[in-house]
Amino acid sequence: MTEQDQKIEALQDAVPTDPPHSQWKDVWDQFRKHKGALMGGSFLLLITLAVLIGEYVWTIDPQKLDIRNKDVRPIYTAIWNGDAKVQWAHPLGTDNLGRDALANLIVGGRTSMAVGWVAMILALSIGTTIGVLAGYFRRLDGPLMRFTDLVLSLPILPLLLVAVTLFREQLRATFGPETGMFILIVGVVGVTSWMQTARIVRSEILALKEREFIVAARSIGTTPGAIIRRHLLPNVISPIMVSATLGLAIAIITESALSFLGVGFPPDFPTWGKMLADAVPRMDQFPERVMLPGLAISLTVLSVNYLGDGLRDALDPRIRGR
Amino acid sequence: MKIQSLLLGAVAATALAPAAFAERGSDGHVNIIYWQAPSILNPFLSGGTKDIESASLVIEPLGRYDPNGALVPFLAEEIPTVANGGVSEDLTSITWKLKSGLKWSDGSAVTSADVKFTAEYCMHPEGGCAQLAKFDGVESVEVVDDLTVKVMFNEPKPNPYGPFMGGQSPIIQAAQFADCLGAKAPECTDANFAPIGTGPFVVDEFKPNDVISMSANPNYRDPAKPAFATLTFKGGGDATAAGRAVLETGEFDYAWNLQLAPDVLAKMAEGGKGTPIAAFGSLVERLEMNMTDPSPDLDADTRSTVKAPHPFLSDINVRKALSMAIDRNLLVEVGYGQAGRPTCNLVPGPAVYASDNTDCLTQDIAGANKMLDDAGWAMGSDGVRAKDGVRLSILYQTSTNAVRQDFQALIKQWWSEIGVETELRNLNASVFFGGDPGSPDTYQKFYADVEMYANNFDGTDPQAYLSMYRCGNEPKPESQWQGENINRFCDPAYDKLIDELGRTSDLETRYKLAKQMNEMLTKESYTIIPLVDRGRVSAHSNTLGGVVLNTWDSELWNASDWHRVK
Amino acid sequence: MLTFTIRRLILAVPTLLFISLVIFLLLELAPGDPMAQVPLTVPPEVKEKMREALGLGEPLHVRYWKWVVQFFWIEPQVMFDNMFGTTFAEGKQRILSWQTRSPVMDMVAQRLPQTLWVVGMSYIVGILIALPIGIYSAYRQYSVFDQSGTFITMIGFSIPPFFTGPLLIMVFAVQLGWFPSVYDTTHVVNDWDSFVVQLRQMIMPVMVLALQTTAQISRFMRASMLDNLNQDYVRTARAKGLPENIVVLVHVLRNSMIPVVTAIALGIPGIFGGAIITEVVFKVNGIGDQLLNALFANDLPSVQTLTFMIAVLIVVFNLIADVLYGVLDPRIRYD
Repeated sequence: MTEQDQKIEALQDAVPTDPPHSQWKDVWDQFRKHKGALMGGSFLLLITLAVLIGEYVWTIDPQKLDIRNKDVRPIYTAIWNGDAKVQWAHPLGTDNLGRDALANLIVGGRTSMAVGWVAMILALSIGTTIGVLAGYFRRLDGPLMRFTDLVLSLPILPLLLVAVTLFREQLRATFGPETGMFILIVGVVGVTSWMQTARIVRSEILALKEREFIVAARSIGTTPGAIIRRHLLPNVISPIMVSATLGLAIAIITESALSFLGVGFPPDFPTWGKMLADAVPRMDQFPERVMLPGLAISLTVLSVNYLGDGLRDALDPRIRGR
Repeated sequence: MKIQSLLLGAVAATALAPAAFAERGSDGHVNIIYWQAPSILNPFLSGGTKDIESASLVIEPLGRYDPNGALVPFLAEEIPTVANGGVSEDLTSITWKLKSGLKWSDGSAVTSADVKFTAEYCMHPEGGCAQLAKFDGVESVEVVDDLTVKVMFNEPKPNPYGPFMGGQSPIIQAAQFADCLGAKAPECTDANFAPIGTGPFVVDEFKPNDVISMSANPNYRDPAKPAFATLTFKGGGDATAAGRAVLETGEFDYAWNLQLAPDVLAKMAEGGKGTPIAAFGSLVERLEMNMTDPSPDLDADTRSTVKAPHPFLSDINVRKALSMAIDRNLLVEVGYGQAGRPTCNLVPGPAVYASDNTDCLTQDIAGANKMLDDAGWAMGSDGVRAKDGVRLSILYQTSTNAVRQDFQALIKQWWSEIGVETELRNLNASVFFGGDPGSPDTYQKFYADVEMYANNFDGTDPQAYLSMYRCGNEPKPESQWQGENINRFCDPAYDKLIDELGRTSDLETRYKLAKQMNEMLTKESYTIIPLVDRGRVSAHSNTLGGVVLNTWDSELWNASDWHRVK
Repeated sequence: MLTFTIRRLILAVPTLLFISLVIFLLLELAPGDPMAQVPLTVPPEVKEKMREALGLGEPLHVRYWKWVVQFFWIEPQVMFDNMFGTTFAEGKQRILSWQTRSPVMDMVAQRLPQTLWVVGMSYIVGILIALPIGIYSAYRQYSVFDQSGTFITMIGFSIPPFFTGPLLIMVFAVQLGWFPSVYDTTHVVNDWDSFVVQLRQMIMPVMVLALQTTAQISRFMRASMLDNLNQDYVRTARAKGLPENIVVLVHVLRNSMIPVVTAIALGIPGIFGGAIITEVVFKVNGIGDQLLNALFANDLPSVQTLTFMIAVLIVVFNLIADVLYGVLDPRIRYD
């Protein structure tokens, strides 16, 4: 190797060795740097897997009553209370009719997660669509926002009762009692919780659409559809993310309130929210019965929140470069 | 000597009089909490228990039922009977005599005109009186003299104690309500919120659906009572919170109707501030069997009507097996504790009316299985019995309530052990117990195979209660789904007994008839499967004395005797 | 802006009339019966008579028209009478609740103070806590403060008040005995001691409600601040040597307020609507408690009146929020 070769080598521009990578790779790289998001994401994955396949690992029937083994405490209570009634057969204890808490958490989690996600996504898509349309197209603003006011002022309980009266029989006949009720509940929760998202997205769009980059995009003839997709939506992603996290929690809790009022799932159909609500009168004797489902809801919401944080950072080109 | 004793007597009288007067109001303040808040203090405009009981502190009837179900005079001198001549031999009239010297809380005298006015008020055709059934069959009310009033019936009444008896039909003041007859009744807000009465307390302030402030009635007939000068009647919240406020924090002195699971109540009682008390009435939690077909495939005019008999519940073997599979003792243990007793009777009390029907008290799953086998209901591969293509698959509905949902879970499990599949449904109580003919979810419409709720009867006589199960009295589309024969039960022999009971005044025969009818509905036909004789649990603080729990009348019936235990 | 406000106000009238009609029809369609709470021992014929006495026999449009007249014509007269001692409304039929047979508006007037005290106070407390938390969390993103703030607020938000309420009662009323578990609505504040009593009974419901508000508002505040902190104008402001607190608290904050103002404005009608569950748990006799009672009793005139009043507030506060956008961001123009 000669001296000249070395010189030339030093003078040479570094040729990009990697192929030009896509925007999504950048997004992923940025996302990976966000520890909270990674943890949140993996926890969410874990909890989702647990409720999906947990039933095949922990095979006790959640509805099986075993009155002799009622009020069993979780196994960990034995650490500080040697006299506590604990059994390895019921690691998280049983309720006042002897139903296994772990099995109920697994099955209940599946319903709660499904209700939470579907209702949240439904609410988010309605809310974002209406918000964007109202904010961007001035002619639609009035009618859509007055419609939002209307839905905001409808009392939810009579609305539900009407929905149950009108649709339950058909849905039960078509999809069976549980799936039918699921569709009904998800529908009602979704349809009654998009308004805040819509108003917030609209308010952001109102401010954004007067900004220079939008004016510029419009002046070079970008179609409204493209402006909304390429320029507006990425800029309203953070309030949408916040709405999503809050929406998930709201959906899970609303479902429990509905069961509480007797318009929700059939009573032999556990959900986290319902387990929590049922356990409240006994919370001083059996704190675990409120703690476990409460913790499950909180941790799920928390992990979605961190995931949302990470996604927002990853999707924001201003942050991504740094 | 004479003078001396006179003097002594005078001294004693003056010494005693202030003492007697000092008694009223000497114990300060008492707090009552009802987890259902009173909306109005006029029982004629609202049938709600909370309204009747809160009003019972202020307005009183001529007579009440005591904790044993016996009749005791309140405003009346005595309870009229055939024996004392108060009730005519032919049972078509009853004559009440008021105590003399009675005063309304505003100081004016109580007269028989007030009693007559009360009847006019409730019987006014446009008034929408909630207690109209109490005045059923009343032809006229006549004032005989200032203190005597005579009620005429249009037919012989074996039980003439409907009007003016019990917390549901108290006497209201004619002067106050004179302009409130008929359609004007709801406009008299001041009178409805603060009726002038004869009871131990008078209303100072009424906040609807929230709180009532009361103070001792200065004109109460017993100068020594009530012991409390003031009273707060708080409403709202839930049974748990009410129980906690009496038993654990001691903020309140009396909590009504603590429908709580026994372990929850026991834990609260450990708080040591108060004591739960229980008493039994006629309230029975039961399973009602639908004798007609509730299938959604039928059209609206046929579904759940007598035109379509139920595909499998019309078989008595199935109904009996469903009853045999239930362990009522366990239900009581889980749901009611000391406030419940397993029962096989629709009429569990008073004792004279209760049949000694105890066959159902022991669970017999093997026997139930055998009976179904014998009846041809063969076990299918999916664990559900079937016969001629009809599967024993039951839709079981009830109102939303923690104890009822526990019962549903338990009963579902037992039924699965005899090869019966159960789908559970719980419904909002205000829809389930409402009579909206447009809703598919009312208990009258009964679009389910089995439903569970509790019912009882007013007072101590079950005649009206047993008469509900008459052929043709069932809810049906033609009657806008109103009707009381929820099971769509129909037996001509039973109808004959109803008529006979309506004619009989001899008490022994009445007891016998009632028992026979009760058995026809329960152990002979299993149309109704009684589960639990539900008592009433209330709680009072350890410093509140004189409480006697009464399930046949208002719980606050003897509030004038309540006092502070020092 | 003024013409916009006036135009919107005029447009609000037909909107509100339409909303009232929709609410009315919804309530009509909903299953339910004002007789549901009457004991089963009362025979059906008597119940039918009671329904007729409530006016349920009349046709739909008559009942709706009656309500409109009562709400928009008679009730304002009653209010006027009460203020100036006149007698315009004397003898006229007001909106009567089916449950209590008394004017709905009297009950509203009786209950509004409690709701404003408890729910309004908690809203203010919640916002006052939320704004600094949101701002500081965003400014120091991923710091310990931010992480713990996120953790606590999210847990607070995902646990429903029907759990936090009884929990606080268990701890502070039963175990420690510091605060009463039942809100005393007959309490009158007239001196320092009674004010302290009032404060003590308010603390628990206010805490429960403030937790929810704080969680929600601080999340929106933080997210919106984060969006703005990376904008070019912030760099410019810093580059021209503005002090950091002016950059953050004036430039960034003002631009970040838009979604927060929306969230706050949306919540205010909710204050008047009361916080239903919390009011029931602590037995505060507010509007939320009244609404829930009326819903369960199928007291349609009450439900109709209360929901419609909340609808009016929703429309008004959304209008206020729209006007505020213009103030916060002069680029937003509606004309």
